[in-house]
Amino acid sequence: MSVSVQTGDFDAGRECADLLAGRDDVGAVASFIGVVRGDGDVAAMTLEHYPGMTEKALEAIVAEARSRWPALVRVRVIHRVGRLAVGDQIVFVGVAGGHRGEAFAACEFIMDYLKTRAPFWKQEETAEGVRWVEARGSDDEAAARW
Amino acid sequence: MKLHIRYFASLRESIGRAGEDIELPCEQISVAALREHLAAHGADALGDTDKLRAAVNQVMAGPQTAIGDGDEVAFFPPVTGG
Repeated sequence: MSVSVQTGDFDAGRECADLLAGRDDVGAVASFIGVVRGDGDVAAMTLEHYPGMTEKALEAIVAEARSRWPALVRVRVIHRVGRLAVGDQIVFVGVAGGHRGEAFAACEFIMDYLKTRAPFWKQEETAEGVRWVEARGSDDEAAARW
Repeated sequence: MKLHIRYFASLRESIGRAGEDIELPCEQISVAALREHLAAHGADALGDTDKLRAAVNQVMAGPQTAIGDGDEVAFFPPVTGG
């Protein structure tokens, strides 16, 4: 199972170890962890998603990465949903490849695509109430460079 | 044709419901035309196309994507995951 959408936390160390388990052709593992940042007075956030489409969209992004970097050995994507506090982990992307080039590139590609193509929406909690996070144009630009 | 419409995030809150089942007197319609129809029939927030995205059968769709009988069509704001 390469893609998970879950409320629970994840152990990035264990996920990276799982990417290597039983393989002797892996020379590089690149990973990314997204964390809830305490911007201004943000205390927590709630992530909404589109059950069903979310998993399909993430699987499509992984498939696209595999077609662009055929030397990828394993890919793991975990995205949390529900209420998360500042400092909580939100997303994990781990990529195992023969060499660092495809591992670094595919990991960044998957995050850039996830930011603009996977149906998640963040709502921030502050002392004044809740507000939906606006999409940023810089995310579109990051995805467009691939 | 019958369609299952879904709304998410801030759009769901603006429209005041998570979705609706509708019936249209045609066999095919584009995402753009469906949006106009829904905007004119109670889903006012769909009138602002600037920050609107759509999916047909859980795949991202464009304004000209064709919709047919039994399809699930979702409208939502630009995504903000990660």
